[in-house]
Amino acid sequence: MADFGAEADLAGFRAEARAWLEENFPPSLKGQPNIMMAMMEGLQADGDLALWKSRMGAKGWGTPTWPAEYGGGGLTPQQARVLQEEMARLEAFNPLMAGMGISMVGPTILDYGTEEQKRRHIPPIVKGEIRWCLGYSEPNAGSDLAALQTKCEDKGNHWRINGQKIWTSGAQWSDWCGMLVRTDPTARKHDGISFIMIDMKQPGIETRPIKLIAGASPFCETFFTDAQAEKGDMLGELNNGWTVGKRLLQHERASQTGGRFATTPPPPLQEIAKRYVGVDDKGRLDDPDLRPRLAAHLMHARAHGLTLARAAAESKAGAGNAASVLKNSATAMAQTRAELTIEIMGNRGLGWDGAGFSDDEVEAVRAWLSGKAMSIYGGSAEIQNNIIAKRILGLPDMTKSD
Amino acid sequence: MAVLTDEQSMLRDQARAWTQDKAPVSAFRKMRDSGQALGYDPATFAEMAEMGWAGVIIPEAYGGSDFGYLSLGLILEETGRTLAASPLIASALAAASAIVLGGSDAQKQAWLPKIATGELVATLAVDEGARHAPEKTALSAVTSGAGYALTGGKSFVLEGMAAGLLVVAARTSGKAGETNGITLFLVPADAAGVSRTPLELADSRGAADIAFENVAVGPDAVLGQVDKGWALLEKTLDRARAGLAAEMLGSAQQAFDLTLDYLKTRVQFSQVIGGFQALQHRAAKMFGELELARSCVEAALAAIDADAPDAAELASLAKGHAGETLFLVSNELIQMHGGIGMTDAHDAGFYLKRARAAEAAFGGRAYHRDRFARLNGF
Repeated sequence: MADFGAEADLAGFRAEARAWLEENFPPSLKGQPNIMMAMMEGLQADGDLALWKSRMGAKGWGTPTWPAEYGGGGLTPQQARVLQEEMARLEAFNPLMAGMGISMVGPTILDYGTEEQKRRHIPPIVKGEIRWCLGYSEPNAGSDLAALQTKCEDKGNHWRINGQKIWTSGAQWSDWCGMLVRTDPTARKHDGISFIMIDMKQPGIETRPIKLIAGASPFCETFFTDAQAEKGDMLGELNNGWTVGKRLLQHERASQTGGRFATTPPPPLQEIAKRYVGVDDKGRLDDPDLRPRLAAHLMHARAHGLTLARAAAESKAGAGNAASVLKNSATAMAQTRAELTIEIMGNRGLGWDGAGFSDDEVEAVRAWLSGKAMSIYGGSAEIQNNIIAKRILGLPDMTKSD
Repeated sequence: MAVLTDEQSMLRDQARAWTQDKAPVSAFRKMRDSGQALGYDPATFAEMAEMGWAGVIIPEAYGGSDFGYLSLGLILEETGRTLAASPLIASALAAASAIVLGGSDAQKQAWLPKIATGELVATLAVDEGARHAPEKTALSAVTSGAGYALTGGKSFVLEGMAAGLLVVAARTSGKAGETNGITLFLVPADAAGVSRTPLELADSRGAADIAFENVAVGPDAVLGQVDKGWALLEKTLDRARAGLAAEMLGSAQQAFDLTLDYLKTRVQFSQVIGGFQALQHRAAKMFGELELARSCVEAALAAIDADAPDAAELASLAKGHAGETLFLVSNELIQMHGGIGMTDAHDAGFYLKRARAAEAAFGGRAYHRDRFARLNGF
């Protein structure tokens, strides 16, 4: 049964959110979610973008459900959904999403941080002043993350860190890094790991961007040579980092389920298909093999959307194991869409650069290539299947990963 | 599981307890082995009707409870789990929908209360060939006196032998393949000129081929409007599709649960086979597909209850996705059980056979992909 009191409150909040957004969202940024992608890849905010970022940061609405005492919006999940709907209505976007602070590090600090850590680290994330990256993978610790070797020693008044991380997303643009380090080399591999927060702006840390198949360099190799972290910057207890680190990955999966990021829906693929492929005299796509495959993809996309809505209604979304199902589903959907898009575009879906191709065509090619990473990062599709098999289905763990 | 009202939760719990107790798979096996020609046990169906299951979508004024399609779907999911055979799909879902949607007050008064109590089994007679193709309706209805005379044939009519009332799609104008010119008729199964031939199907359920030879009906047999029956037929079929998808979801869920149990108990190479990653990942894939299928089925049923504009699209999505999922899970049920799953003594074969029969009814995956594309303008 509907709670009409709560419904009325929500309507009141909707009016408040709409008024505030109309007053504060710079119209010049309307309908430009691509700016967010550029910010993810290092674009510095200036002009209206900087203004929008500072206004949202001060209001705490970039982190709508975080506690107000640390600068967050203090909204209920229902209010946050209303806020998102109102932003979508204005074709606005969240300007604070760049880096890993909002989606992963922040929620984990709120889960495991001391009061002092929360007061120190949360407000700069809320305001977008500090950009975070994550030091997880190493050259010899990919899917088998717990094999990580980066060493962290207690030097009395600070921690000393030596080793190498890889696939550090946005390390070259980041101010701080949340990283997993080995603090007890003699313990069982999952038991000797700790979670350290470290200032990236120091001589002991060097980042080298890695150029990827799509042409951009969103990831780095990151080298630590006698780097220093403050004593108070260990998140969670010494040698309990695996637990903290796994929680952070749950937040990561939740952020990759396709439910939080998009504020503007992509153009319907069938319209692109009709434009490039043409239609027969009955209005059907003029390629009898492509047509049912496109339909199957759109049906999957619809099923995925309905599942996100159902998970939200049943309040089991967010940091849980169901996120593994949604991550794999979202990944398969996005990769299939990208493959279909370039297939539909034919030769024009192969453009790399230059005046011979439209922006949309070049973007389709780049997105197709960069999207291959989706089933690798954040726990590969195979790792998600291990998680589903073990934690949801209760099948035996043969990888001894936990 | 959708967020249910208290009434719906109670209904689901009651349906689950009752089917597990009174209509388990062993009861289906007994029915099959007895050679029951109807393809269901009338006494079991009578008990279902007594609990109100045959009147869930029928308005209270005509003897039903008007609980809606999501509620009926909850029951069908449970009957799908145990393969409880009954005319619920043909009568309480499909035929009842046609009359609720298109019937005059007199027609509703005449037929719905009997459907609700289960004393009458009604069914839809639409397809005429091997594959679902409602627009290809050719069975002709020509004016004859004040009424009509029906001539032609219908195939694969669900519960065709048990039915006392047939909701027949006929052509009153135009030609096969056109959506204009189709009219629905209510024809008593014992009308002169109706002859029925039982079909023995792999899933042991009831179905029949039905021939119509100059079957005379009065003007009051017309359901809805003459020549304009297509929209009513589509709406009716969409309700049948979404409800059958709920049954298929239940069958798929149970087939998966059986498989998962087996993975946890069968030992080879000194370990349970569920420890092998090759099987774990296939199990994980099935689990994900089941989650998506449940979302589609519940959304379609809810859209029908709300008379939402995208109900047709969602019904095709639900039938298509439930079909996809049941196809996958019923095959893996056999494969992961190995040799034991191939034996008649095991229940696995029942789920496989039912899966394909349900797939064929009211359009399979290919039909609904095509329809989804049409509804989305390509």
